[in-house]
Amino acid sequence: MDDLVLHRFQFAFTIVYHYLFPQLTMGLALLIVLMKARGLGPGGDRWNDAARFWIRIFGINFAVGVVTGIPMEFQFGTNWARFSRHAGSVIGQTLAMEGLFAFFLESSFLFVLAWGERRLSRWGHFFAAVALFVGSWLSGYFIIATNAFMQHPVGHGVAADGTLRLVDFGAFVLNPWAIAQYAHNMLAAVVTASFVMAAAGAYYTLAGRHQPIARLFLRLGVGVGLVACVLVAVTGDRQAKMVARHQPVALAAMEGRFESGPRAGLVLIGQPNVAERRLDNPVVIPWMLSFLAYGTFHADVPGLDSFPADVWPDNIELLYYAFHIMAGLGTILTAIALLAVLLAWWGGLERSRPMLWVLMLAFPLPYIANTVGWMTAELGRQPWLVYGLFRTAAGSSPTVHAGTVLFTLMGFCGLYLVLFVLFLFLIGREIAHGPGPLIPVEGAGAGVAHV
Amino acid sequence: MFELWYAITALMLAMYVALDGFDLGAGILSPLVARTDSERRQVLAAIGPYWDGNEVWLLAAGGALFVAFPRVLASGISGFYFAIVLVLWCLLGRGIAIEFRSHVTDPLWRSAWDFVFAAASTLLAVFFGVAFGNLMRGVPLDKDGWFSLVLFTDFTARDPVGILDWYTILTGVFALVALAAHGALFLAWKTEGPVHERSDRLARRLWIAVAVLWPIVTIASNGVNPALFPGMARRWLAALAVALAVGGLIAIFVGLRRQRGLGAFLGSCAFLLGTIGASAASYFPVMLRATGGEALSITAYMGGADEAGLRTALRWFLVGLPLALGYLVVVFQLHRGKAVAARDGEGY
Repeated sequence: MDDLVLHRFQFAFTIVYHYLFPQLTMGLALLIVLMKARGLGPGGDRWNDAARFWIRIFGINFAVGVVTGIPMEFQFGTNWARFSRHAGSVIGQTLAMEGLFAFFLESSFLFVLAWGERRLSRWGHFFAAVALFVGSWLSGYFIIATNAFMQHPVGHGVAADGTLRLVDFGAFVLNPWAIAQYAHNMLAAVVTASFVMAAAGAYYTLAGRHQPIARLFLRLGVGVGLVACVLVAVTGDRQAKMVARHQPVALAAMEGRFESGPRAGLVLIGQPNVAERRLDNPVVIPWMLSFLAYGTFHADVPGLDSFPADVWPDNIELLYYAFHIMAGLGTILTAIALLAVLLAWWGGLERSRPMLWVLMLAFPLPYIANTVGWMTAELGRQPWLVYGLFRTAAGSSPTVHAGTVLFTLMGFCGLYLVLFVLFLFLIGREIAHGPGPLIPVEGAGAGVAHV
Repeated sequence: MFELWYAITALMLAMYVALDGFDLGAGILSPLVARTDSERRQVLAAIGPYWDGNEVWLLAAGGALFVAFPRVLASGISGFYFAIVLVLWCLLGRGIAIEFRSHVTDPLWRSAWDFVFAAASTLLAVFFGVAFGNLMRGVPLDKDGWFSLVLFTDFTARDPVGILDWYTILTGVFALVALAAHGALFLAWKTEGPVHERSDRLARRLWIAVAVLWPIVTIASNGVNPALFPGMARRWLAALAVALAVGGLIAIFVGLRRQRGLGAFLGSCAFLLGTIGASAASYFPVMLRATGGEALSITAYMGGADEAGLRTALRWFLVGLPLALGYLVVVFQLHRGKAVAARDGEGY
């Protein structure tokens, strides 16, 4: 078997799995700050109760995010050694900054946020939530900036031995690609957290439990969810325009566009047939792609035929489906959030059982959308590790071969399966337990006695 | 600039050993010093606020190595592929054990995680010691700067080498004993009651073992890598680090005798920082020693970095390091005093 396929698959599997957790914690960090802010004022007790429940959910997710995140950092060395040697002095900057500026902040204040409510004042606990929010969103930026260099390298030079060098730190860290991708990605994380919160609210409402707090979950979830959905679409449009400018061949593959030409249509449905180089049974909005990508209906949009086949993304079908599923789910989620907000506006959200059912069951959709969104970015970058400069095939570790990687990949699959079962079990317990008030301290040593 | 980044990388690694070392040590000793559930929770409450932040020093050390010496990171990490993946799995199991244990009160659930916690902590300490031994002894680098290692060969520490031989097993045992001793002092400082008593008793015995093993390991290290003692003799930093380690060792025994928990623990931190510092200073400029001859070794000057990039990195590093140390101080301040077992639903 091919070494490269397995190196790629192990990284893909571990990062897709890993990102199920940070996308919730990053979004939830913002929602927790909002709840703790409301909890500062008079009558803030129910907001603090609501926040306490989500901090527990956050804690479990964060723990899994941490332990599955460490292998991501190390895989640059274990599986992508030639890439690390080639680009380490550039991408090592942002990866090292993530540790120094984000992880220390997060790890120092997680315990304080999770267990310090009783020790700290309301303001102290609020600041712990803010510290965690800042830490997790900084962490996101450093990772996106690293990825942005791989998507659209800027601020670099080439040394005598052919490896990449950092020349302009400012250009590298403030890569325009990073800024567009960061906005899109973080808002998408907020969508995940909002829909999860709304789903919990819908579940408790349908079950007739935790009434006043379930209403807070529902309203905060759909409200923030709608704003985030709209902004995800706006930022996604910006990012697509950058793809059109800097990775036109990726855009052609995302759209299943095999032939170049003006007045390009936007594909809603269709199956790319790479062997025949055409899109089977397409449903298209005429002229729309030209407008979305370049701002005029007449713009010429290159197709795959404009590029040599050795720079085509190497899995056009998967890229095409990933992109279309992301866009489709984005539309569906916006519609759900809009409808729910309108119902809430009219005061009927808590009574509308169909809407509550939809909200309760819709929470996996943003996870799927986030995952296929990242697949779009990463498959679209192929066949390059650093776009236009360094091919994926040149990046893997020379001394680590297929059998070894297959072994560790299977190990990761097994461990992560067990981890997921445990995760679901613990989350299920938290959901079953539900939000509740802070238990007052009675007598010292009570915890020692009770097991 | 290369010298400075070599020192920074070594410092980050030494900080990792001194900090994560005490929670690894607490994990190694937890079955011995904590017998009941509330005692186990006392151990977890003692390390709970710190362990996650302590682990970040490993990532930060990896980050420093990545940005400053990408060739070293690429060769070293891919060459030890299996060992690194095993470390990752142990870190995963250990983190999950600490975080998930307290969520369910069932005694079987808790015993299972106690086992994972202790076993993963023990394995990690041994792995790190063996990794240190491999660095000191050297690895079979080829002319392109790559290598891969089998688990063991004939245990002679001479070419062809494997990950395990008499010397790396010795360093693995030394790391296990030293980190256990370090953890014992932390627990003795941070706890009261039976856990304190047992940790204190264990600390005395373990530190005698460390004091006996340390010179043996040092002499053995020079045996497999004769460049170490001449390197140590040439560099004042190495002498300073040795003095720090010796001073730390004295502070430990004085602290144990006078029942000064914090003093003994700080002595133990100084011992670990000094030991790693002295090894790094004697090893310099080599970063990855080749068993096939000095010419094949990767040094700090050919680690793949460039001056300009390192100057840039130094600027943000000098902002970030005080922040990281500041958080550490804040966390120790917030959790000063003795750790007590939390009530269910309130902590570990």
